[in-house]
Amino acid sequence: MSDLTKKPVAQKSAFASATTYLASQLRQIGLFIALIVIVIFFEITTAGITLKPINVSNLIVQNSYILILAIGMVMVIIAGHIDLSVGSVVAFVGAMAGVMITQWHIPWGIAIVLCLVVGALVGMWQGFWIAYFRIPAFIVTLAGMLTFRGLTQIALGNAQISPFPDGFRALGSGFLPDLGGGVSFLEPLTVGIGILATLLVIAQGIRQRAARRKFAVEDEPLPWFIAKLVFTSALILLISYLLASYNGTPIVLIVLGLLVVIYSAVMARSVFGRHIYAIGGNLNAAALSGIKTQRVTFLLFVNMGVLSALAGLVFTAQLNLANPKAGDGFELDAIAAVFIGGAAVTGGIGTVTGAIVGGLIIGILNNGMSILGVGSEFQQLIKGLVLLAAVAFDVYNKRRNGGR
Amino acid sequence: MTTNILEMRNITKTFPGVKALQDVSIGVQRGHIHAICGENGAGKSTLMKVLSGVYPHGSYDGDIVFENETVAFRNINDSEAAGVVIIHQELALSPYLSIAENIFLGNEQQTGGWIDWNKTNLEAGKLLARVGLKDNPITKIRDIGVGKQQLVEIAKALSKEVKLLILDEPTAALNDEDSAHLLDLIKHLKGQGITSIIISHKLNEIKAIADEVTIIRDGKTIETLDMHADEVTEERIIKLMVGRDLESRFPAHTPKIGEELLRIENWTVHHPLDHERAVVKEANLFVRAGEIVGIAGLMGAGRTELAMSVFGKSYGHNISGTVYKSGKKIDTTTVSAAIANGIAYATEDRKVYGLNLIDDIKRNISGAALNLLSRRGWIDENREIVVAEGFRKSMNIKAPNVEVLTGKLSGGNQQKVVLSKWMYSNPDVLILDEPTRGIDVGAKYEIYGIINALADEGKGVIVISSELPELLGICDRIYALSEGRITADLTREEATAERVMQLMTQEREKDHE
Repeated sequence: MSDLTKKPVAQKSAFASATTYLASQLRQIGLFIALIVIVIFFEITTAGITLKPINVSNLIVQNSYILILAIGMVMVIIAGHIDLSVGSVVAFVGAMAGVMITQWHIPWGIAIVLCLVVGALVGMWQGFWIAYFRIPAFIVTLAGMLTFRGLTQIALGNAQISPFPDGFRALGSGFLPDLGGGVSFLEPLTVGIGILATLLVIAQGIRQRAARRKFAVEDEPLPWFIAKLVFTSALILLISYLLASYNGTPIVLIVLGLLVVIYSAVMARSVFGRHIYAIGGNLNAAALSGIKTQRVTFLLFVNMGVLSALAGLVFTAQLNLANPKAGDGFELDAIAAVFIGGAAVTGGIGTVTGAIVGGLIIGILNNGMSILGVGSEFQQLIKGLVLLAAVAFDVYNKRRNGGR
Repeated sequence: MTTNILEMRNITKTFPGVKALQDVSIGVQRGHIHAICGENGAGKSTLMKVLSGVYPHGSYDGDIVFENETVAFRNINDSEAAGVVIIHQELALSPYLSIAENIFLGNEQQTGGWIDWNKTNLEAGKLLARVGLKDNPITKIRDIGVGKQQLVEIAKALSKEVKLLILDEPTAALNDEDSAHLLDLIKHLKGQGITSIIISHKLNEIKAIADEVTIIRDGKTIETLDMHADEVTEERIIKLMVGRDLESRFPAHTPKIGEELLRIENWTVHHPLDHERAVVKEANLFVRAGEIVGIAGLMGAGRTELAMSVFGKSYGHNISGTVYKSGKKIDTTTVSAAIANGIAYATEDRKVYGLNLIDDIKRNISGAALNLLSRRGWIDENREIVVAEGFRKSMNIKAPNVEVLTGKLSGGNQQKVVLSKWMYSNPDVLILDEPTRGIDVGAKYEIYGIINALADEGKGVIVISSELPELLGICDRIYALSEGRITADLTREEATAERVMQLMTQEREKDHE
């Protein structure tokens, strides 16, 4: 009967409803504030090196493969699984790329496609055991971590493969061509892309809000909505300005940007994405709603395999080296990014954007501490505490809201 | 009064929105076997949880006097220290530990933190002898049957120097032989001075061993009968258990019954773990358009198992039988096939099997029929909101908008979300399993109204319920289910509470043929 006495939100004062809304978004807001605070902190302590154009460019390029992995990982974790094998798959695909290009002399363009197919096969192998044989993903991917590391060493014969053709290397470390011909101070293509992206973000935001208002489900206060749009636009423009004043747009940023847009849409609006949330939220209820839970799980791991392969290609291209030790510990960075980004340990909750921001937080911590000359022992320590604090904050928040 | 080992006085226990117990008083005489009888949901288990400290002192009103002292149990440890031990219907044994380890779980036979295995097994052996179990104490629990496991529970209780033993439906999962053995044991323990409270539906058992029986109905004590006095018949107990007026609690409804929609023939289902045991035995039933059909059965009779096995083989092993829809044989071997063939099943446990509690109302409502909202795999989110809003208004779901998480809704509103979800999938036949469990009277009335409206639209509705009055109040026809077998098909006119209850409790007659 308690719900009879509860007043509808509409009857509350505007201020009260705004506070309620912000409280409900505490986790998301906290994440962005943390990101800003960390950036400002390092900007001050590194005496301005952090936001130097060359460092921002490096930050994006050097974290791209972790961010690609984080996109796949957040989907796996939302479904209530985990993937420990991605680091080894990165190494394995890197090795296969090396073997295909330098030993079998396959053109690098075809080799990239074949490597993505290898990733899909890896995903099918693991997905089969997890989805249809019902072995917990923790075990299957732990086994995968060992087997694919072993296969990497077999493929490479414990040596390294280098160098790679220039076209292939561009995937990891190339930039879009300079349309200004190196004349102007700001590279025009990058500025153009920045402005276009900003306009798209604003248009999409306004369109979505209009639709939600039409159906009276919007509870986001207008000032907050505007503040968010201004902040996002400023951020995109700032990054494009910084990139434009260095080498321009890294190719991998375009790849990453497309992945974020596509996978955000998949998770928010596609039937497949909805099924992933449903499985992670309540597996029994999902199965009894006619969702083919095994098939969704299987496809999820195939997807993770393909994204791991892509991350492996980017990483190998960037280092210009296929190496048996590559990708060591990547799975942990990707998993940490997902949880810092607000995904629930029990599944059912999480977003692609959250995982990306989580990955950026880790990346900036790494980058800033390296510039400051903090030893790797303290870097590990600090990253560990950040992860623990982020999840502790989640758990505390949940408990305060009455368990849900 | 000094002969009473236990007195519970004016116990009242309230849950949010529901008064589970109201002024319940009960006295149990030392050395007697006292039965507590009542329908599912009458408040028996709640009462026992109050007594054993599962609901701690302070969370209820009233006094508990045990051994002439007013007690305030804060938890199970307190009540067990005083000598009150409860054995739940779902046994609390660890399957991979041995009998002896289970008996002394949490009470290990130890010297300075190290387990004394000789003593553990020796003492366990003595306790097993007292309950008449000849198995080796080092046998693992999973290697013995349910009947023996029940005895291990009792041996565990004895190890705690039990004075008052509470058994919640002890024979529900046992076969005849094991049941008889257990009842003998309870009698035997009585001879050793142990008082027992036994909760049971099975009236023949109560007649066989109880000294007194207290009947509880709607959270109130109705009467305590002396079983040794004359004129205590099963009929009288049943009357006391079910007797209440049905009229005003159900909306009036005139059925318009049409053609046969769904027919289930020779449906047999085996237990998923115990492949030998048939949980549903050659069941035959049908439902027609516009008809509300009830399935009445006790806990463990196979109601949910029947429904879930039909709905995409979601339960059971080695399922056989045929399902016909409007006379044509249909495929129901997967949930999606069952849904595509126009069947919907709303589960009895909406929190565990029905809803995604961490997701909002609209996404729960659309969850079983996303195909209606999507094109080429992309969901039309605006239409999803419109659909959900429609249900929020028409079903009177009390929430400010459709983006409220279902975990924050009350039981009645959660149930309305579940019903909306299945109504949106536009089925021809809805199987509703315990549609009003755990929701308050007002919301129940609304749900009955919705069920009637569904029937009026020409759908066939099958309602499974433990609450007999509910079935009598809303159904056009009732099947009685006993031990997995359909024992009767009664029209509304034929079905009286006493008759259905008798058919539900008439056990195993056919198995002995």
